[in-house]
Amino acid sequence: MIRISKRGSISRGKALLIRASAIVLAILFCALLTMITTGKNPVDVFSSVIAGSFGTKRKFWLFLQNTAILLCISLAVTPAFKMRCWNLGAEGQVLTGAMAAAACMVLMPETLPNWVVLLTMTVSSIAAGALWAAIPAYFKAKFNTNETLFTLMMNYVATQVVAFFCVKWENPKGSCKIGVINQKSHSGWMPEVGNKYLLVILAVVLVTVFMYFYLNYTKHGYELSVVGESERTARYIGIKVNRVILRTMCLSGAICGLAGLLLVGCINHTVSTSLAGGQGFTAVMVSWLAKFNPLVMVFTSGLLIFMSTGAGEIATNCGLNRAFGDLLSSVLIFFIIGSEFFINYQISFHKKNREVRKDV
Amino acid sequence: MVEERTPAVKMRDITKRFGSVTANDKCWLDIYRGEILALLGENGSGKTTLMNMLSGIYFPDEGHIYIDDKEVVIRSPKDAFDHGIGMIHQHFKLVDVFTAAENIVLGLPGKLDLKAVSRKVRDICERYGFEVDPEQKVYDMSVSQKQTVEIVKVLYRGADILILDEPTAVLTPQETDKLFAVLRNMRNDGKAVVIITHKMHEVEDLSDRVAILRKGHFTGDMRTKDTNTQEMTNMMVGHPVVLNIDRPTPVDPKPRIEVSHLTVVSEDGVTKLDDVSFTANSGEVLGIAGISGCGQKELLEAIAGLQKTRGGSIAYLEDDGSREELIGKDPLEIAGLGVSLSFVPEDRLGMGLVGNMDLSENMLLRSFRSGKGIFTDRKAPHKLAEEVVRDLEVVTPSIETPVRRLSGGNVQKVLVGREIASAPTVLLTAYAVRGLDINSSYTIYDLINEQKKKGVAVIYVGEDLDVLLELADRIVVLCGGKVSGIVDGRKTDKRQVGAMMTKLGGVDA
Repeated sequence: MIRISKRGSISRGKALLIRASAIVLAILFCALLTMITTGKNPVDVFSSVIAGSFGTKRKFWLFLQNTAILLCISLAVTPAFKMRCWNLGAEGQVLTGAMAAAACMVLMPETLPNWVVLLTMTVSSIAAGALWAAIPAYFKAKFNTNETLFTLMMNYVATQVVAFFCVKWENPKGSCKIGVINQKSHSGWMPEVGNKYLLVILAVVLVTVFMYFYLNYTKHGYELSVVGESERTARYIGIKVNRVILRTMCLSGAICGLAGLLLVGCINHTVSTSLAGGQGFTAVMVSWLAKFNPLVMVFTSGLLIFMSTGAGEIATNCGLNRAFGDLLSSVLIFFIIGSEFFINYQISFHKKNREVRKDV
Repeated sequence: MVEERTPAVKMRDITKRFGSVTANDKCWLDIYRGEILALLGENGSGKTTLMNMLSGIYFPDEGHIYIDDKEVVIRSPKDAFDHGIGMIHQHFKLVDVFTAAENIVLGLPGKLDLKAVSRKVRDICERYGFEVDPEQKVYDMSVSQKQTVEIVKVLYRGADILILDEPTAVLTPQETDKLFAVLRNMRNDGKAVVIITHKMHEVEDLSDRVAILRKGHFTGDMRTKDTNTQEMTNMMVGHPVVLNIDRPTPVDPKPRIEVSHLTVVSEDGVTKLDDVSFTANSGEVLGIAGISGCGQKELLEAIAGLQKTRGGSIAYLEDDGSREELIGKDPLEIAGLGVSLSFVPEDRLGMGLVGNMDLSENMLLRSFRSGKGIFTDRKAPHKLAEEVVRDLEVVTPSIETPVRRLSGGNVQKVLVGREIASAPTVLLTAYAVRGLDINSSYTIYDLINEQKKKGVAVIYVGEDLDVLLELADRIVVLCGGKVSGIVDGRKTDKRQVGAMMTKLGGVDA
């Protein structure tokens, strides 16, 4: 007879062992799946997955940069999530931040010193992202509206705003795209530090460290986790719940806005409706997988980027459909989430314990 | 004890371990038909675990269970039902949006014929004297009605061995009386009834036999009429316990909190407090008595700055006679006035503490604002948590354990420990010993008296009149949100206070 019971506690080493074996099992399962369904050598397939992110120096830098952007957005949604406020509007907040940055680049004269443009872009991106999150937060605090629906709908509004400006500022005419802005003057382009990838990575490292300390060691961080656990307790000890909701959502939106700034100022130098590319939703998964721990998120965001880059790579290298790559990453995520069960519960096998006991 | 009758249930040498903790160690228990058995024990003595093994929630690691002298294996609640065993848990397991009848048949095989169900439910109700409307939705029900549905659900499934886990913890005295009447009817109908409780007077009122557990061991059973509270308590605790509550004479009492003409109207327009006036003095325990829901919660929350008020005033008086109005201020502003007010609310894990946080983080709730800068000081609360654990003998695996994992008594010690640590001048407590075993309750009484001796003005909202009469210096009796009277705790008796609780002024007593 199989009994499932909740574990009291589990040592770190044991938990790590369970997680590691989940990943090993997932890889074995993926290998089996590859052999059965495609007949290809799983080692070849895996090595192209790895080559996708680590194959060349450029690929590796790209991998780091993409991880950084996803991590940035994931860090942004985390304080809201920790407060049990389901900010699903990261997509829209990134877009508004990006749009604000792009607007500065388009509207400000190219003759201005670059630092003035960059400073204006930074301020307006962060403010725009924060505003986009503050609107649903205000309604939640004031009228107790559902933030999940509200933030989701704000995504559509943001997309439409960007679509509008894409037509208004189209370049070249008739393309309905903004195209690369200030291609000649590079006005509003972030300077390169070392190489063109490093600035984004450094910025996100700072955000990660900031968020880790903010959540774990500051008064604000403590307040928002109390609000998340129990609003009544928060009121009881005199926390102004509405203020905390508003403040935390603004922070969440502001960091999304920062991600938008990095996307426009450092990477794309333009804006389009697909700029965020669904990362606002992938970020939800990154944050949850890491149980809202900013340091663990470095790994979870890296893992997701690694798998999706790998999926693209096997599509070109092994002649497999991209969907197959997605399948492999789903298997991996399934195993990782599944391993949580074994961390929280233990399974024991009773075998007619009565007889056994009599023998003793 | 040798009995000639055959027990309906015999549990023999039952052992259950959770990790390194042994919840039950070779427990014996006999349950007879036509009898109400009270299962007694302190918090964490393994009463609920033992009964959970009978109802199929847990599976014993060792031991044997016999029903009508036949050995059985109970692997699931369904197995338990097949043997006629039904348990009513402390936390109800009902679907809110379903009606009583729908909840009752939920999960049963066969066709769903709600009319037939309703008929059968009414039959059961008539037989035992329940009041249930089968068509009423659960979300419309009071706690006591929900409990009734749970009991009917179990009876509907043909249970003739009923287990109730602390059924009266959530009931008013009137509802308790009703429940007891029903349970007696069931006993007379030949059913076996087990109730888990730690209220002694209920044991004496209701049960025919008591069985006592201590720290997972079975310490004995006997006829209720052959024993008394003192003996039962000693068996539970393992050493003689003095069952008197200390009541030191107040030293130099001075007015501290002056409530005058306080009126509170709830959001849905119900008047919760109506023109309430009284004064709480320093160095004194002011008891608040009343049927539950008579405005006690609103009163304390109004003083603590958590409740909107309609009229009146709550003044905090300093020794030098200066006064501060508390109405219109939130807890933070009250603390800002230099008023050290501690509050042990009724809802411990939902309001006073955060269940998912550990002991030290819960201590931080009161102190996280201290210190300059943006960072919290984590060392002081950790030290405080260690002190509370040591001084109040809190049983916990570690300081890093989430408080929701602790037993009820220990949760309350953590909360009270934190609240008195800030050296309050006013201490508000709501049902401070609810759900606590006798030993923990006395610890809490001692702590309250200690605060009183330090000159704290204690306001103690209680439900057990016997305790109120022994502990409080003065008692404010509430009746329907009004002050029915203020009496001297040393000069009044249960009858007078009881009468004032049900009728303003208690004139008809």
